[in-house]
Amino acid sequence: MLGKLTLSAIPFDVPILVGTFVGVAVVGVAVLGLITYFGKWGYLWREWLTTVDHKRLGVMYIVLALVMLFRGFADALMMRTQLAIAYNGNPGYLPPHHYDQIFSAHGTIMIFFMAMAFMTGLFNVVVPLQIGARDVAFPFLNSVSFWLTTISAVLINVSLFVGEFAQVGWLAYPPISEMQFSPGVGIDYYIWAVQLSGVGTLLTGVNFFTTILKMRAPGMGLMQMPIFTWTAFCASILILAAFPVLTVTLGCLSLDRYLGMHFFTNDGGGNVMLYLNMIWAWGHPEVYILILPAFGVFSEVVPTFSRKPLFGYATMVWATIAITFLSFIVWVHHFFTMGAGPSVNAFFGIMTMIIAVPTGVKIFNWLFTMYKGRIEFNSMMYWVLGFMVTFSIGGMTGVMLAMPAADWVLHNSLFVIAHFHNVIIGGVYFGYVTGLNYWWPKIMGYKMNETWGKRAFFFWFIGFYFAFVPLYIAGFEGMTRRLNHYDNPDWHLQMQIAEIGVLLIACGVVCQLTQIYVSIRDGKLPANRDFTGDIWNGRTLEWSIPSPPPAYNFAVIPTINGLDTFHNEKEQGLGGTDKPLEDIHMPKNTSAGVFIGVFAFLIGFGAIWYIWWLAALGLLGVMATIILRSANLDIDYYVPASEVQRDLDEHSRKLMAQAAE
Amino acid sequence: MAHQAITPAGSAHDEHEHHETPVVFGFWIYLMTDCVLFGTLFAVFAVMRNQFAGGPTGKELFDLQGVGLETLILLLSSITFGFGALSAQAKKHGLFIFWLAVTFLLGLSFVGMEIREFSHMVAEGNGPDRSAFLSAFFTLVSTHGLHVTCGLIWIAVVALQSFGSQAWTPRFMSKLTCLSLFWHFLDIVWICVFTFVYLMSVI
Repeated sequence: MLGKLTLSAIPFDVPILVGTFVGVAVVGVAVLGLITYFGKWGYLWREWLTTVDHKRLGVMYIVLALVMLFRGFADALMMRTQLAIAYNGNPGYLPPHHYDQIFSAHGTIMIFFMAMAFMTGLFNVVVPLQIGARDVAFPFLNSVSFWLTTISAVLINVSLFVGEFAQVGWLAYPPISEMQFSPGVGIDYYIWAVQLSGVGTLLTGVNFFTTILKMRAPGMGLMQMPIFTWTAFCASILILAAFPVLTVTLGCLSLDRYLGMHFFTNDGGGNVMLYLNMIWAWGHPEVYILILPAFGVFSEVVPTFSRKPLFGYATMVWATIAITFLSFIVWVHHFFTMGAGPSVNAFFGIMTMIIAVPTGVKIFNWLFTMYKGRIEFNSMMYWVLGFMVTFSIGGMTGVMLAMPAADWVLHNSLFVIAHFHNVIIGGVYFGYVTGLNYWWPKIMGYKMNETWGKRAFFFWFIGFYFAFVPLYIAGFEGMTRRLNHYDNPDWHLQMQIAEIGVLLIACGVVCQLTQIYVSIRDGKLPANRDFTGDIWNGRTLEWSIPSPPPAYNFAVIPTINGLDTFHNEKEQGLGGTDKPLEDIHMPKNTSAGVFIGVFAFLIGFGAIWYIWWLAALGLLGVMATIILRSANLDIDYYVPASEVQRDLDEHSRKLMAQAAE
Repeated sequence: MAHQAITPAGSAHDEHEHHETPVVFGFWIYLMTDCVLFGTLFAVFAVMRNQFAGGPTGKELFDLQGVGLETLILLLSSITFGFGALSAQAKKHGLFIFWLAVTFLLGLSFVGMEIREFSHMVAEGNGPDRSAFLSAFFTLVSTHGLHVTCGLIWIAVVALQSFGSQAWTPRFMSKLTCLSLFWHFLDIVWICVFTFVYLMSVI
């Protein structure tokens, strides 16, 4: 009846997990209790959970990303602490079985549920506003994507308390991830969480690709799109081309595990290196999916706060396209040691080094944008500068690793760990945080707290170097990744310094949470509030509408006649439109996305525990929901022009009140 | 899932900008991702095609006549679906249902023949767990078969919906266009399966 699931699957014997469970349960009950106490269930259901509004889905994505950041960071803290003490006979406090799950979960969560969710959140919030659209091309599909991502995040966290998680690293290399060596449910949790969220991401890719190509405001050609939209476009292309490969790769691994097939097994003609090639044919584009939108954020923030147009718009676009293309022909650099031979390795090594060229173009574009600009040094520009320094160092160590000969020495060492954290924290994370600070006022109607933002930056920035420079050194000294404990006295000091680093970053995380709390608390203060909708004197279309924007975004769809049209019209005192208001066609909210998510969760959970009736029920549920949705005729409505007029009047009344203050 | 809740921005006054709804375009894009998915499975098959692990080869296993018949049936179903789509354009409901029913039956017999072929192989001990070659074979071919099965469900749903008030609305027609893209796409994939999996294993 319950497949493999028995009471013994619950890890009562691991005090850390029991403690975490109690903590999560207490917080969870408190949150649910508060919602009930304030009678907000109906509001939450109608306005948020069933929404198809891209802005609200974006906010929910970012909330999910921040929660997952907390989870993933807790894992990081535990790992670093283990390595700081597990030396010279001291086993540390994390036994290998538990420790291995932590490093696997850390990578999986940070990439799939922190970074990807954060990125999709920013896409959702920003892209339709930047191109002058009223929503994405497929609002309901957008809700489905969100729910698939969310239930996958839930699934991976359920593994904390029911069963176990994978113990094989974040990419689950075979043969250790095969049934023969990992008979537990850990790998199955990994497979299903990643697989289901991957479907969500693929649908997001379809959605944003279509949105950007088909729904731009009249007059906005491709070369008039803001750079963030360009990077979202290129990331969508990468998603479309790369995620099906992930689906097949994990599908084959599941078939090995569930049906005894021989794709990646040691026997029966299986081929382990096929898995590595396939997972990295997805995995390398994946890191560019993450970094390109971060580049996009910087390309919006730097011109705005340098009070200059972006230097080299066209080169920025072409550099982005070049990276998009190159990202598909470098994957072998993740396993030069496979032994593909000198010519293959040389090709992939050279291709990898070439990526540094378009990336360098971008760095110089940002520098030249700042050159002779009137730079406004706020917390966002702090993150930008921190990024430029940190990411450049990470890029250089990447070029080092791109040399096959050097890679043979450094492969699987902590040097690699330091390198990719250098680019992912210094590039992706700094970028997304900048984006959060930059677009927060657009969604909330007030800006974030600067003081706490700067504190967060300094802790993250300094903490980063304390945490990862020692790992570079330890890598050179031969320390391999994923060690649970060690005896080499040369490495001990490095691990202790890294522990200081991770504690500094912890302060950074606390500062960020405080920043969010303080910002919301002080949101009503006149100094933080903004009724103009253009708090930064921005250049792109999202700043031409009120903050927070109405559900339909644009009362009148703007007409574009070049780059930065909004900014130019503002400078010339133009702007406004004489186009008459019209009734606006909008999609209705729907609970179908939530149901598809819940049923998909049942599929995943049922398959993980071999509870086949539950999985079948989930599958039937998904199909029934889609069919019912397809038969539903009541999916849209019109906002009457009179209501749009009322919103406009209300907005100008607020503006005048603010001007009078 | 495809639907048409939002017309492209401002379609009321700039029709020259957008000729068709984004639904069909978006579905095209989805099909291209499906194409990458099948492409990857073909690549896997190419790597595994000689990994027999002492088991039978394709030459020993495949019954080209049966597969040829399957091919014929599936190609025929594309034509009959095309007739169905034309009847929908002409709003001839009876004819539409007739052609969809024919397409459904052809698709069903295709899936049936595939299941028979598979169960026959499994019964002889040549299931997907026999060798890497057979793993790749079963996975590639049954992924196509699963797609056809989804197509069958979709055909049934569209046929049923044509009796309701949704019939012949723009939303219904674009749904039908997506379905026909899907159905013809599966044909193209099958031609690749027939060529690269069956024919090339036998020669």
